[in-house]
Amino acid sequence: MTELAIEATGLTKSFGQTKALVGVDLAARRGSVLGVLGPNGAGKTTAVRILATLLRADAGTARVNGFDVRQRPNDVRASIGLTGQFASVDEDLTGTQNLVMIGQLLDLTKRAARQRAAELLEWFDLSEAASKVAKTYSGGMRRRLDLAASLVGRPQVIFLDEPTTGLDPAKREDMWDVVRSLVGDGSTVLLTTQYLEEADALADEITVINHGRVIAHDTPHGLKRVVGGQRLTVRAVDPARRGDLLRVLGDVAGLDERAPETDGRGTVTVGVDGDDVLPDVVARLRAAGIGVEEFSLHLPSLDEVFFTLTGTRSGSDARKAEEVAA
Amino acid sequence: MTALSIALPARRPRQYRQLRYALVLAKRNMIKIIRAPEQLIDVTLQPIIFLLLFYYVFGGAFGGGGFATRHDYLEFLLPGLLGQTLAMSSIAIGQNMNADIEKGVFDRFRSLPIGRAVPLVGAVLAEFFRYLMVCVISIGFGYILGFRIHTNLLGLLGAVGLSICFALAFAWVSVWVGMKVRSAGSVQGLMMLLVLPLSFGSNTFVPVTTMPGWLQAFVNVNPISHLVSAVRGLLLGGPVASDVGWTFAWIAGLLAVFFPLALRAYIRRT
Repeated sequence: MTELAIEATGLTKSFGQTKALVGVDLAARRGSVLGVLGPNGAGKTTAVRILATLLRADAGTARVNGFDVRQRPNDVRASIGLTGQFASVDEDLTGTQNLVMIGQLLDLTKRAARQRAAELLEWFDLSEAASKVAKTYSGGMRRRLDLAASLVGRPQVIFLDEPTTGLDPAKREDMWDVVRSLVGDGSTVLLTTQYLEEADALADEITVINHGRVIAHDTPHGLKRVVGGQRLTVRAVDPARRGDLLRVLGDVAGLDERAPETDGRGTVTVGVDGDDVLPDVVARLRAAGIGVEEFSLHLPSLDEVFFTLTGTRSGSDARKAEEVAA
Repeated sequence: MTALSIALPARRPRQYRQLRYALVLAKRNMIKIIRAPEQLIDVTLQPIIFLLLFYYVFGGAFGGGGFATRHDYLEFLLPGLLGQTLAMSSIAIGQNMNADIEKGVFDRFRSLPIGRAVPLVGAVLAEFFRYLMVCVISIGFGYILGFRIHTNLLGLLGAVGLSICFALAFAWVSVWVGMKVRSAGSVQGLMMLLVLPLSFGSNTFVPVTTMPGWLQAFVNVNPISHLVSAVRGLLLGGPVASDVGWTFAWIAGLLAVFFPLALRAYIRRT
C-alpha cells in the first residue's frame, strides 16, 4: 500500500467536443483532506467520477487506496464512499430502507445492516425521519442521508462532491463537523467545492482547477499567501463619499499590487493582512466622518482567487463551461 | 459515537452474492411498485378488460363460426390473452428503468462493489410478481366466466411457470429499448410496434388455419404462438412437448441476445 490514498496523474477526459479534463494530477495523503477548488464546469465532478470508477478516463492513471481504478475497479469500489452533488438516494424508499439496502449490497447480514442504518441515522440526526420516505425530506436531510449512505461500508476513502452546495450556513457548519470527524477516524477525504472558505476550513491541501487544468496546488496557508490573505469590504452610506473611502482604505492596505476594487454601488474591497488593521480602519473612517453601511472581513471569493491566479475572471467563462457541461 | 470506529459487524459469505444483491435490488423495485400501485393497472385491470371485451365482442361472432359456442371460444381465447397481456406488461419495465436510471441512485449502485448487471437483473426479478398477478387474475377471472382447466394442478403450475419464464426473458427486450431511447414515452411507442404484431399476428385470437399462407409462416415462428399453444395444451390437454420446447428455445434465444445488449447499453449510458 502506498502512502497516498488518492493518486491521479494526467487525467484526461472529453465529452464529444468538450474537454472536461486536460491532464489533471491529484494526490491525497492517507488521513488527509484534499480540497479541489474550482468553478462550475471546471471538471471537478468529472475527476471525482473517474476516481470513483463511474467514468473511464481517456488517458492518465489513477489509484485509489492503492488500487488502479481501471484494473481493479471492484477493489476501489469496496474502499470508497461517494456523495454526489445531487443526492443519490432512492426517493421512494425510507431513510432506513435506503441504508439497509446499501448495507446488504455490502454483504452485511440483514441484522447488521439494520443496526448500522440505525447508528448512522442517529449520527446524522435523522432518527425521527427514519421511517419516512426520502421524497418527503428537506434538501439538507437528503444530503445527510446521502452522506450516511456513503458511509455504510466504513470506506477508507470518501469523495464529497460539493457537499454543502445549496445548504444554509448552519447546515454547512454541521457538514464541516462531519468531515472533520471522518478524518479524525482515519479516512481520507476528497472534497470538491466552489468556496475557498470551505476548502480553507477543511482541507490540508488544495488543488485549484479551471477548464480541466490544475492551476494551483498548495496548502490553504500557501494559497492564501498567493491570493493575498483576507479581504476587507466596506460600503459607504453615501455613495458620493466613495472617493474618500477609497483613500482611507488605500492608506491602510498600502500595497500597490492589492489595488482597491470597487463596484457601482460605492462598495470598496481591499486586501488586508489580518484583522489587526480593523481598529485603525474604524478610527480613520470616523475621523473622516464616513458613515458605513457594510463592513466585512472575508477570504477572497473564488472569483478573486481566479483573478489572482490567472489574471482573468472565472465568472463568465465558468458560466459558459457550465452550459456546455449541462 | 462516531461513524467509522465501531468494530465491523457480521458479514455474509461470498457465494451466490451476486444473486443475493439482485434479490436485494428486486426488493427495492417491489417497494417502489407498492408505493405507486397505479403501476399495477396493466397487470390487474387490463387482463380483465381484455378478457371481457374479446369474450363478448368476438365470442358471439366466432360462436357461429369456428367455435361451437361462446364458451368454446373462451377456452381458446384465455391462454392467448395471457400471452398477449404478458408481452404488453413487459413494456412497463423498460419505461420504469428509463426513468429510474436518470436518478442519482444508479450512481450509488455503480460505486458499490456489486456486479454491473445486478441493478438490471434485480429490476427484472421484481417483475416476477407482476407477471404472476397477470396469470392469477387472467385465469381467476376466466374461471368466473366459466373457463375450466381440463388437466391438473401440475398442468396449471406448468402453464403459469412457463408463462412467467417467457415474460421474464421478453422483459429484456424492453430493458434494452429502455436503455437505448431518450424518454420513457418512446419506450412505449417502440415496444408497441413490436408487441402488437407479435400478439395479434399469432394464434391468440383465431386459429392459424384461417389465415393466408404467408401469415401462417410468420405466426408459426412467432414465439407468442408457441407460448400460447403450450399454455393451451397444459391447461386444456393435448400434446405440448414441441411447443414447450420451442418456447424454451425462444427464452434462451431472447436471453442470449437481449441480456448482453441491455447490459452493454446500460454500461454505456453514463
